[in-house]
Amino acid sequence: MSKILMKGNEAIGEGAVRAGCRYFFGYPITPQSELTHFLAKRLPEVGGLYMQAESEVASINMVYGASCAGARVMTSSSGPGISLMQEGLSYLAGAELPSVVVNLMRGGPGLGNIAPSQADYFQATKGGGHGDYHLIVLAPNSVQELLDMTQTAFDLADKYRNPVMIMADGVMGQMMEPVELADQLEIKQVAKPWATTGTDYHEGRNLINSCYVIPEQMEDLNNRLEKKYADITRNEQQCEGYLLEDAEIVLVAFGMASRICRAVVEKARAGGIPAGLIRPITLWPFPMEFVSKVADKAKIFLAVELNMGQMMEDVKLAASGRAPVYHYGRLGGMIPDVREVLREVEKLYRGGVGQ
Amino acid sequence: MKKGSRPASLKDVPFHYCPGCTHGIAHRLVTEVIDELDIRGKTIGIAPVGCSVFTMDYFDFDMIQGSHGRGPAVATGLKRALPDRVVFTYQGDGDLAAIGTGEFVHAAVRGEKITCIFINNAVYGMTGGQMAPTTLVGQMTKTTPFGRDKDINGFPIKVCEMLAPLEGSAYLARVAVHNPKSIIKAKKAIRRAFEVQMQGLGFSLIEILSTCPTNWGLSPVKAVQWLEENMVPYFPLGEYKTPAGVI
Repeated sequence: MSKILMKGNEAIGEGAVRAGCRYFFGYPITPQSELTHFLAKRLPEVGGLYMQAESEVASINMVYGASCAGARVMTSSSGPGISLMQEGLSYLAGAELPSVVVNLMRGGPGLGNIAPSQADYFQATKGGGHGDYHLIVLAPNSVQELLDMTQTAFDLADKYRNPVMIMADGVMGQMMEPVELADQLEIKQVAKPWATTGTDYHEGRNLINSCYVIPEQMEDLNNRLEKKYADITRNEQQCEGYLLEDAEIVLVAFGMASRICRAVVEKARAGGIPAGLIRPITLWPFPMEFVSKVADKAKIFLAVELNMGQMMEDVKLAASGRAPVYHYGRLGGMIPDVREVLREVEKLYRGGVGQ
Repeated sequence: MKKGSRPASLKDVPFHYCPGCTHGIAHRLVTEVIDELDIRGKTIGIAPVGCSVFTMDYFDFDMIQGSHGRGPAVATGLKRALPDRVVFTYQGDGDLAAIGTGEFVHAAVRGEKITCIFINNAVYGMTGGQMAPTTLVGQMTKTTPFGRDKDINGFPIKVCEMLAPLEGSAYLARVAVHNPKSIIKAKKAIRRAFEVQMQGLGFSLIEILSTCPTNWGLSPVKAVQWLEENMVPYFPLGEYKTPAGVI
């Protein structure tokens, strides 16, 4: 185990290489450029290929092709580029192709800006593309987690034959933190007998497809996907709780916002407010069970996000009316500071629970 | 190939294509070539969106169904991961030359060692006969009921001519399947395209002028005549690029 200082963007790239990813197809967009710069150098060192595509539409379809070959493959982008990939993500989900897509979110809608944001939560967790499907969505909140979860993402993608999205923001890509790197690489490559590698290379004839003209057959696929999504929902919900034992006001935040909220909770407690924090690590499946249990005791929830209140809706679903759910967000690439969130916590506590 | 026999690479199932449609001939030529080159076990085809999406059910080797127009990008990802396989796309004119313009051009720019079989029948078939990028000026379709108007819709796209100057393109030919002589030439070109790919010389594309009697509103016999009299003069047949250079 060695400890080194790493940038978030590099950690994602190194995590991918350590997961056995040897193909990356992408198109330049800020703020994920450094990830592509890193991989353009790093992948050839391990016999891999970094290819710059003509568009994000082409990138995601190159990912589709390499995944058909059975390879571990990744692309990354940000807001507008991820929007262009939505059709491809729907196809990847429909054809059940493992793949990893990184979204380093930026301010939007439209061209927006290159400042950090969490405004693509709906797009990532509620569909984004057409048809009934889900991505598995991971939300790391440190450089170490960017590294580790990129590796996890490839394992989950293969396990469920499903695209996995890693959601972070521009700040997380830029920030530097010490990271522990395992000396021994353990790559969990799985057999892919379904891959279209040519009939000389496997039993029978393989077809990778999401087109079923006969509705009964389409429904069979939909039912199979629905069952898979139920399995994922049952098995893969992940979150972290902090000081929840006696918490009356519970903050819910992921990624960058969760780091701020941890400090808010500590300051609130120093001021006599029993605050706690839930940090969803999987955004889909959302940690419904955990949040629901907390809702049995908590008096008030505050979702803190870098958006207008997107994850808040899932917190409301989990709370199911047992506790009110409020939202505090900064928009446009602004990051809330600890003081302003603390003021919101104090206002809600004194105005409601603490009366 | 013995007369009356079926290529091993072509499944023995009924086609859904309309009477007189030349997709069947193109399918047969591609599969005969794959059999003759003995590459069936290492060939992977990519089906488009459009009438020929069903190539995934007709070609008897590994197949992938890709999104509309993106076949050359899918082929790129696949071939880069499996460089010793033979990878080809089968695409119509809407799929390749309208929505997929970026993908086939840049696959050629990169010199991807893939082959595109490009069916040009001057109309959208599956969706019911709308204007294609290759629809001739004056040609009537469901969305050009008064004929393609150059002031509104511009001019038909000439794919082989466009690609010839690109250094990554290695073999480009436009062929037709409207009579036996053309069909023999078409097969030779398809074979050459696959050979160029297998020799690692670069990108290859075969444009096949084809008929769509249903959406042209013509009988199969009249459709063949219409192709010869109208399409061939605008889309001249022949090789546009060989590994030796631009023709």
